[in-house]
Amino acid sequence: MSPPISSRCARAAAVVGAAAALAACDGPQAALDPAGPDAEAISTIAWVMFGGAAIVFIVVLVAVAWALRARRAREGRGLIIAGGVVFPLVVLTALLVFGLTVSSRINAEPDDALTIRVTGKQWWWQVDYLDAGEPVLTTANDIVVPVGAPVRFVLTTDDVIHSFWVPSLGGKLDMIPGRINETVLQADVAGAYRGQCAEFCGDQHALMAFTVAATDDFAAWLAAQQRPAAEPVTDLEARGAALFLENGCGACHTIRGTDADGTIGPDLTHVGGRPTIAAGTLPNNQGTLAGWIADAQAIKPGARMPSFDRLAGPELRALAAYLASLE
Amino acid sequence: MSDTTAPDLPNPLPRPPGELEELERVWRRPRGIRRLTEVNNSQIGLYYIGTAVMFFLFAGVLALLMRAQLALPENALVDHDLYNQLFTMHGTVMMFLFAVPAVEAMGVLLLPSMVAARDLPFPRLSAYAFWAYFIGGTIFLVSLFLDVAPRAGWFMYPPLSSAEYTPDVSSDFWLLGIGFIEISAIAGAIEIIVGVLRTRAPGMSLDKMPVFAWVMLVFAGMIVFAFPAMIAGTALLELERAFDWPFFIAERGGDPLLWQHLFWFFGHPEVYIIFLPAAGFLSMIVPTLARRPLIGYRAIVLAVIGTGFLSFGLWVHHMFTTGLPAISMSFFSAASMAVAIPSGIQIFAWIATIAAGRMQLTTPALFVLGFLFIFTIGGLSGVMVAMVPFDWQAHDTYFIVAHLHYVLIGGMVFPLFAAIYYWVPMISRRRLSERIGKVVAVLLFLGVNLAFFPMHVSGLMGMPRRVYTYPDGLGWEVTNLLSTIGAFVIAAGVALFLFDLARNLRLSTTRNAGNVWDAGTLEWLPTGTYQTRSIPIVTSRDPLWDQPNLAADVEAGRYYLPGTATGRRETIVTSSVDARPQYVLTLPGPGWTPFFSAAFTAAAFMLLTVKAVIPAILCGAIAIGGIIAWMWRADIGPRAPVDIGGGLRLPVNITGRNAHATAGTVVLILCAGTLFGCLLFAYFFLWTVNADWPPAGAGAPSPSWAAIAAVLLLAASLAWRAGRGVLTSHDQPRPRLMFRLLVLGAAAAATAAVVADGVSLWQAGLRPADSAYGAILYAITAYQAFLTGALIIMAGIVFARSLAGRIGGPWRLSFEVTALFGHYVVVQGLVALAVTRLFPGVAS
Repeated sequence: MSPPISSRCARAAAVVGAAAALAACDGPQAALDPAGPDAEAISTIAWVMFGGAAIVFIVVLVAVAWALRARRAREGRGLIIAGGVVFPLVVLTALLVFGLTVSSRINAEPDDALTIRVTGKQWWWQVDYLDAGEPVLTTANDIVVPVGAPVRFVLTTDDVIHSFWVPSLGGKLDMIPGRINETVLQADVAGAYRGQCAEFCGDQHALMAFTVAATDDFAAWLAAQQRPAAEPVTDLEARGAALFLENGCGACHTIRGTDADGTIGPDLTHVGGRPTIAAGTLPNNQGTLAGWIADAQAIKPGARMPSFDRLAGPELRALAAYLASLE
Repeated sequence: MSDTTAPDLPNPLPRPPGELEELERVWRRPRGIRRLTEVNNSQIGLYYIGTAVMFFLFAGVLALLMRAQLALPENALVDHDLYNQLFTMHGTVMMFLFAVPAVEAMGVLLLPSMVAARDLPFPRLSAYAFWAYFIGGTIFLVSLFLDVAPRAGWFMYPPLSSAEYTPDVSSDFWLLGIGFIEISAIAGAIEIIVGVLRTRAPGMSLDKMPVFAWVMLVFAGMIVFAFPAMIAGTALLELERAFDWPFFIAERGGDPLLWQHLFWFFGHPEVYIIFLPAAGFLSMIVPTLARRPLIGYRAIVLAVIGTGFLSFGLWVHHMFTTGLPAISMSFFSAASMAVAIPSGIQIFAWIATIAAGRMQLTTPALFVLGFLFIFTIGGLSGVMVAMVPFDWQAHDTYFIVAHLHYVLIGGMVFPLFAAIYYWVPMISRRRLSERIGKVVAVLLFLGVNLAFFPMHVSGLMGMPRRVYTYPDGLGWEVTNLLSTIGAFVIAAGVALFLFDLARNLRLSTTRNAGNVWDAGTLEWLPTGTYQTRSIPIVTSRDPLWDQPNLAADVEAGRYYLPGTATGRRETIVTSSVDARPQYVLTLPGPGWTPFFSAAFTAAAFMLLTVKAVIPAILCGAIAIGGIIAWMWRADIGPRAPVDIGGGLRLPVNITGRNAHATAGTVVLILCAGTLFGCLLFAYFFLWTVNADWPPAGAGAPSPSWAAIAAVLLLAASLAWRAGRGVLTSHDQPRPRLMFRLLVLGAAAAATAAVVADGVSLWQAGLRPADSAYGAILYAITAYQAFLTGALIIMAGIVFARSLAGRIGGPWRLSFEVTALFGHYVVVQGLVALAVTRLFPGVAS
């Protein structure tokens, strides 16, 4: 004999719920896989709320099951006051107090912190490391921060509203024209964390990602990044460098140490050392670089980067080799 | 026999011959193409709900396309451009063309019979609202097939939706199309408010009113205060797009967040506007199925009213990630949690009712149980996102997609299905199939949980909303595939439901399946096209349970107004609190004006979208002409008192404070005032975001012009007063020249005031495109000019009626409402002058 539908449903829901709870624990972009104090605090709040919600849900289901079996129950008034007023009032007050206590740990304002200005653009991120408000390094999409230190992110936009979000480190904050928003994030564990634009921003909102890498050796990284671009070494790289300028790439992109000084697209001075290209859309290697240059509009239609499909295979290989060498 | 059990009924038997035939004659429904002329709410309600279900199916298909695309990572079934149109249209159509119209439709369909009115007081307004919605909504859908559908999200945030980033007409389609459909929702709300308050059966005092009538009253009230914010927002954004008035452009003093405040001030109450009527369905269905009167009637009514108020204090919880001050976020967080309490009261009241009786597990009951399961989960995740730090993670992710579908499907779609299965016997010769219905309920329940529960996980795993694709390897594959499978299970359930409708729904007013549930409320009385044969006296909340002979006596014509007293369509107007009969209101019969006015209004808006200005103006003029023709015949004047039975003689078509049109005008003024309030909010909001107000270099309008405008406005008010004096102090049927001059003078003074105001802005060198300051000043003046334009038309009608001898003595309702509106225009003009001219000076 098969069990009644309601109990089968309950069992299925329990299985899905348990599987979900386990699965949600990890992932490169998972909110419940915290790597910093903010995400940690929020994760704690989340688990407490999940537990509380499960209890409340069971109470409601038990009440419904009891009501279906009960005959001429006279508990009406008491049930409404107990279940509809007292119970939620107690639970919600406790939750609010708990939440406010834990929240006070979030977004603590440090006295002195590395400041990074991130500017949202359709559909990539310009990243400026600031010192006393002035940029000392401009890069794009792949952010590097020191491990275990608070970092102040100054968030603005050049066009529409975007939202800056690294789930493993903390909550999101919008980038709004005419406003400057600030948030403080900290990575306690070395590693790479994926972030993504969370406010719908047009055609390629889906492909506007980035990474935050927390490193123990931040000072060395910063010093290396501040140096101008590496000179081409091989003939192929030299040919790529020449092609870069001949094809007008410098109108949009900057490569410090060369004539390329455009500011419309990402700064490519050290593009070879970044883990991704096209704002987290592709892994960074010579193959993807060549493919992106040749056919950006197929990979990310509507992006400002044109498809250089007039370039022949060898030219693309040279350009890709040059860019990959810019570590 | 009923003669012996209730000897004191108002009308004796037998009824005179020909009485019923006469009643049938005046309420006869038009046939063939003339069905378009129908203005009866019960009939319009059917068209209305049918159209809403059609839009539901359409938006559902869009959802299936999206789920098919997201079934696999990096899928190429749908490209980004189509996907962005799909999710924009899915949200927009579900919210604006399905959810709100569907519950409004259930209101106009059920309320007349539930309160035992022959009809609600403004049948032509309902017809106009329906046709505007039907035609406007259909054109809006077509945009998707022409690849010009909106694609900036159902929330249309600028600057993405503004001229710079969406230069094509797609955003205009949204702004004009949806703004227009909101107007039709407001028209329906006016009908519902006045209908619930003034056309209830004698004796149905507020505390005996069915809960559904209560929720529809609160629903309509919320529309009156929420939708104007949306209309204000869409008007400002369209002005920015069309004429470059920079309300939302940061470089010129605007602020994109102004849109978000206006949008969510509408958008959050919207959720409860959808949920409360659905909760009202449950408060009707649960007691019937449990065979016990509703437990906690007062608690539920208070909870509904409380939800209505609280819902206006929650809008900022959609903006927790915009970087607002922490203190305001804590306030809105607590308020958002508090709204769980009234919902909890309702849920436990239904549980208590089920426990007090014995609920049969019929199809509606299964949908009620599904509602309890799904909506509770949605409510719990709602409490989670009310917690600000958690929302910083969950906001704009699939967790929210899961939450809102649990709330809206649980809170609205399941109750609507329950309602359809429950009330179809009232409108159809056959009830729907219990066997098929149960399968539908199970499929929908499984499908909804399978589609949306995994979305919580997708969101916590970092998946944002509104993405047309996602990469492999982030752990989102399994949950997305489950969601897609669930979506198709829902589709199977809906398809089976359509099959059931096709097989069993056979519409009929006169030979319906009847009271198959043995319910206790008045909509289950035997009905004809005229609703009930006679209008009952109500003595309790469940009259059919408490007055065993009620149905037979009503049908025999033993209660009030068993025929037609005036030879026209008519209904009894009762006092709003204790439902004492006050007068008999004659109602209009079928006519072409509502249909044509609506069609040409829709055409005007849609032509504006594609910048066909001249044809749009022509269509607008035709629409206004239609409305004028309609107004011309609206006020037929008082008639000799009539006997409705039991020795009760009632006046016919009164004027003054108690008249239905006065009540309707008051509600309209509340709408107009809310819209004006939204413009003032925009003014002060822009002031706070600009360090200099007025901005440096902006000209200062001369105070003398403002003083002239103020004096003109006061003169207009005095003229309205004097006009009323002339009209009432002389008893002759035709008022004199003096009255006509006063009416024209009042309209002219109001016009001159707004012209003086506009001229003063222009003379000071202010231009609307220069800065947000100039833009908002001109917008406030433009709104004043718009209302003044409406006033001119109304005054013109009064003037013409006076010439035609259709006004005078007690026949003056059209003048009374015009004067009332005229006074409002004066008050608004004075407040606008004070705020924009006096305030900045005083503040600095």
